[in-house]
Amino acid sequence: MAEVPVSWFLTLSAVLFVLGVSGFLFRRNIITVFMSIELMLNAVNLTFITFAYQLKQVNGHLFAFFVMVVAAAEATVGLAIILTVFKNRSTLNIDDVNSMKN
Amino acid sequence: MIDSFVVITLIKVLVVFAVLMTTLAYLQWVERKVIAHIQVRPGPYRVGPHGLLQPLADVIKLITKEDLVPPYVNKPLYLAAPFLAITMALLSISVIPFGPEIKVAGYSTLMQLTDLNIGVVFVLAVSSMGVYGIALAGWASNNKYSLLGGLRSSAQMISYELPLSLAIAAPLLISNTLSLRTLVEKQAGGILQWNVLHGPFPQIFSFVIFLIAAFAETNRVPFDLPEAENELVAGFHTEYSSMKFASFFMAEYANMITVSCMATLLFLGGWMAPWPAAYGSSFVPPAIFAIAGLIALYHGVNYSRKRDKYTLPAFGVIFLIVAGILLLPVVQAWLLPLFWFCAKTGAILFGFMWIRGTLPRFRYDQLMGFTWKFLFPVAMLNLLVTGFLVAWFS
Amino acid sequence: MDVILFLVFAIIAVVCAINVVVQSHPISSAVSLIGVMGSLAILYLLLGAEFIAAAQVIVYAGAVMVLFIFVIMLLNAGTEVRKGRSLMVQVLGVPLLIALLGVLAFFVQRLYPRSTVHFGGFRGGSALAIGRALFTTYLLPFEITSILILIAILGAIVLARKELE
Repeated sequence: MAEVPVSWFLTLSAVLFVLGVSGFLFRRNIITVFMSIELMLNAVNLTFITFAYQLKQVNGHLFAFFVMVVAAAEATVGLAIILTVFKNRSTLNIDDVNSMKN
Repeated sequence: MIDSFVVITLIKVLVVFAVLMTTLAYLQWVERKVIAHIQVRPGPYRVGPHGLLQPLADVIKLITKEDLVPPYVNKPLYLAAPFLAITMALLSISVIPFGPEIKVAGYSTLMQLTDLNIGVVFVLAVSSMGVYGIALAGWASNNKYSLLGGLRSSAQMISYELPLSLAIAAPLLISNTLSLRTLVEKQAGGILQWNVLHGPFPQIFSFVIFLIAAFAETNRVPFDLPEAENELVAGFHTEYSSMKFASFFMAEYANMITVSCMATLLFLGGWMAPWPAAYGSSFVPPAIFAIAGLIALYHGVNYSRKRDKYTLPAFGVIFLIVAGILLLPVVQAWLLPLFWFCAKTGAILFGFMWIRGTLPRFRYDQLMGFTWKFLFPVAMLNLLVTGFLVAWFS
Repeated sequence: MDVILFLVFAIIAVVCAINVVVQSHPISSAVSLIGVMGSLAILYLLLGAEFIAAAQVIVYAGAVMVLFIFVIMLLNAGTEVRKGRSLMVQVLGVPLLIALLGVLAFFVQRLYPRSTVHFGGFRGGSALAIGRALFTTYLLPFEITSILILIAILGAIVLARKELE
């Protein structure tokens, strides 16, 4: 039976992470930027799970679990902040939220 | 060996799919009849005896209707949404067990499509994906009523998923498994062993919380705010017609069947009889069918309408034949569990219809306040007490 | 079989992830992200992480992304306005990212030249094993995350409440 090299999983994770980074850097919509962060977290989770398989230990799954919980908490607070920003400035463009700059 | 496995699985998939589709079509007929009788009307009556062919007529009507795509919608999402809704609704039936392991012509197989050891979590996961069908339909329709319906449904589903999960967790603590099959096998041996009455802390509260949250998850009255007709035209499916509308409709009924099956498996002992066969529980199903058949025959003889002279005796004979089949020892091994499973699920489905005919719709702030301020704390408290007592007595 | 499964879902994940970045409307990005998460869940199953796969669908795809879509619909966010961005990002951005990817992929290939994955090779990812580890080895982090979630709930309520005049 053909088997998948472990490095393929890790490379996939790297590709997803880099795509997340590019979304984070290039996009200007605050919600999309936030989603890119979630994409990066997912890529990291894939790495954890792959290493759990490689080392035959359950610890990697626990890390992935904690990442998920923290991501859920982060999404709650982050989206509440986005709602507040939109209420006060009616914009979702992160370049327009710059009153601390000058 | 592999070949017989593949063939048996294919046969099971075909049987389950055919039965599920027929049930979906007839559930709607049953619901219209039940509500009609609650409101003292006869209900569908024209197509076939007692309107029995009404589902067929509905299907033909829906298929032959014009499939309209409004020009202002977001096309990919608009087309994907009904597909997503129906797929997610039908997917969870694949892990629901209907009965014990059976032997047919030398092959033994489970009365279930596949036995996952995380079956409960799988059903939760799939049902949590179902909200996208509604939310995306509401958004992609580009219509303010649809958007409001989609918004309402996504907020409602997230909120009610919490008490639902907590209510599921409590019986799992008692049964100590995530596999739906093992869950039922641990409830064998009569009504007192069912999770709703058994354990250090009887799960009657979880059962009620589960049912309330399930009403909200399936967008049924009194929680059908996403499609409240008098405020939102038809809510999220305002812009849908023909088969795309039918998929939403079927998804709603399939979700109803899934949550009823889940309630049966988690709380009511699945396919187990209410008391052991040693005390004669295997004679109850034939007796019920025989009595139903005799009543139908009696009313066929003393008919009040002319066509009843032929239809009611026909049904009476069918019921008597079913009663006779249920008495055969050969088929009892798999027909009786199936009967108990269908009876329990059907009772819960009837409850869905009964409540639809009885209760008015909630106001939206009442709906949200109810889950966050009452249902969620109660479910939490129930889980705490159950966990504490399970730890205390084990 | 394993290779086919991996390739199919890896390609779906990558295509959806590219879609997340290039789509101009937030809701298209969100739907693509759900696609990424779904295909990752299936890859987790391939790696023997059945509980994490289910949790991924329930928590990420079923709760976090519903919240995202809810906010996008609530704010009725339109397509993104593209403004002028700095020259450095335009010129250096993509090459630098590809370089980063190249370095990562190179090290990965160097580190694990031989190990392979086949379905069923690791069976320690059941709910039982994870629960046991969670309540023995990782009890303190587990309790701390519960406090973190409490803080997040309070923060969200404080941020989202109406201003009391």
